[in-house]
Amino acid sequence: MRIFLFELNEGLVIALRAIASNKVRSLLTMLGIFIGVAVVITMSTAIKGIDNSFQSGISSLGTDVLYVDKWAWFTNEEWWKMRNRKNITMEEYYKFKELVRLPVAVAPVTNTIQTVKYNERRVENVFVNGSTADYIKTTNFTFAQGRFYSEIESNAARQVAVIGSEVAKKLFPNVNPIDRTIKIGGVNYKVVGVLAEQGSFILGPWNPDNQVYVPIETIFKNFFNRSFKTITINVRANGPAMLDETKFEVEGVMRKVRGLAYNQENDFSINQQEGLEQTYKSIVGVIQIAGLFITGLSLFVGAIGIMNIMFVSVKERTKEIGLRKAIGAKKRTILTQFLLESSVICMVGGIAGLIAAIIMSLLINQFIPTSIQIDSVLIGISVSLITGLVSGFAPAYTAAKMDAVEALRYE
Amino acid sequence: MNIITIKNITKVYKVGTEEVHALRGVSLSIDKNEYVAIMGPSGSGKSTLMNMLGCLDTPTSGLYLFKGISVSEMTDNQLANIRNKEIGFVFQTFNLLARYDAIHNVELPLIYAGVPKDERRERAKRALIDVGLGDRMNHKPNELSGGQRQRVAIARALVTNPSIILADEPTGNLDSKTGEEIMNLFQEIHNKGNTIILVTHEEYIAEHAARIIRLRDGHIEKDEIIKPQKTSQQVIS
Repeated sequence: MRIFLFELNEGLVIALRAIASNKVRSLLTMLGIFIGVAVVITMSTAIKGIDNSFQSGISSLGTDVLYVDKWAWFTNEEWWKMRNRKNITMEEYYKFKELVRLPVAVAPVTNTIQTVKYNERRVENVFVNGSTADYIKTTNFTFAQGRFYSEIESNAARQVAVIGSEVAKKLFPNVNPIDRTIKIGGVNYKVVGVLAEQGSFILGPWNPDNQVYVPIETIFKNFFNRSFKTITINVRANGPAMLDETKFEVEGVMRKVRGLAYNQENDFSINQQEGLEQTYKSIVGVIQIAGLFITGLSLFVGAIGIMNIMFVSVKERTKEIGLRKAIGAKKRTILTQFLLESSVICMVGGIAGLIAAIIMSLLINQFIPTSIQIDSVLIGISVSLITGLVSGFAPAYTAAKMDAVEALRYE
Repeated sequence: MNIITIKNITKVYKVGTEEVHALRGVSLSIDKNEYVAIMGPSGSGKSTLMNMLGCLDTPTSGLYLFKGISVSEMTDNQLANIRNKEIGFVFQTFNLLARYDAIHNVELPLIYAGVPKDERRERAKRALIDVGLGDRMNHKPNELSGGQRQRVAIARALVTNPSIILADEPTGNLDSKTGEEIMNLFQEIHNKGNTIILVTHEEYIAEHAARIIRLRDGHIEKDEIIKPQKTSQQVIS
């Protein structure tokens, strides 16, 4: 062990000296690993960021919530079949609510896209959600300020609104929004609550931060009548464990509401977050594999570069190797020396690449909330070390098994 | 005491399908504190013999005892050890590492011997002073003259206190005046009790030795003592 450490130490000194005496070549070689590691880690950080955003976005939807809808979110059904389904009406919602037993909350939801204004400030194309007071129980929303509208407000169709954090930021950059009057599609509403930041860019207009929540009856009063379009019924199960059982009940009750015979297909869909997640995962999976493959390729090219340089370096130093062997260097010693040389080159390049990746991830962080993961740091370092060892092995082995007599004669 | 005993050594190289017999049965023995020159024209097998004596190569057949131990049965690592501790090489082309200054070049064999840094530095310094380069320790080879480079190489050979110094045409790349100085240095080293084996094809260089072995076509043609060998008594006085 002591001898091994001694050789390692001396080998390192020799390797550093060899690297230093060929600065330009060593730097160019490092560049290959530098780019490889920087790209691989930046890529994995970006993917992690997208993932984070999606997870935080989707968690605001709740894992135990079912959405009874005319449309299926993800399906192989023909579009026109769903198109011909009956709209879900408020009457059906009341009957449904009457009959179900398992859910902890049931809320009808409709929406409209409107311009929201406060004095001179305006936000275009805002999703305005209309529902009942129970809606808040079907979400995981948290509040920055104020509260959700109450059952009384909702039943009485009061002109009250809860606004998402993005909307609040745009309309009220400097003032407290609570109790201010905003115009939604030209109608006055009083702000009673502001949501805390929930989600993420990735859901786009579906991001709860970009939305406004008002009592459903005010939408029917101000924007369109209740039979204008289908509503969605949000149903929250009593915890994820109850989800399947609840789904079963919801399907049965909805069929009963619709008066479907046993041999008729469902003319509605029950959606859940799971489907969204699966679709998302399959997309991200493809991005991940393609990304890692491409970036991995650049690392591979870098590794070949190292191997190439090391072969040149060994060839060039044939005479030196011969001399070292003549004065007592063992095979193992020569092997260690050259492996150390390629590892040091790779490590330096890899650590520089890591630093570049950290800077890149800070830049990405401006757009997607993300951070460098400790595991990608470890992967970066170990990948560059392994690259150094693997790509250095063949040249180092060539050097180690060189015949001393012939090596000394080499010109 | 015999340091080197070889009996009926042969060495056959394969060049393509041709077999080249570089040595065809050579026997000799070399005592401690001998000063031997091995001579012969090119192709006589003297380089092969030197590589054999230096444990850089092993014979095809025959017996080689180094201090009574059979070399032919040694592993690569054992051979490396013998080269490191028992043999000091001096080459025609010096073979110094250009990146290293004189003292680091001299330290090199001690690194492979596992000598700690401070002791290494100290011994390398002493060896350089011994060859008259006390004031050139931190010069790189390209800042030294040919004679000085060969002195560094000799210091490198001496620094491990080897049993034999093996010099292969040590003056081949030097002008005759510098060559003469180097030969005087070898004489001094010999006088201190070292065993020297000198490979050369120059008659006047070989004459510095006390014994000349002439090779031709892989055989020993002549093995003669030209000066009386010093005894241990004389060395001490």
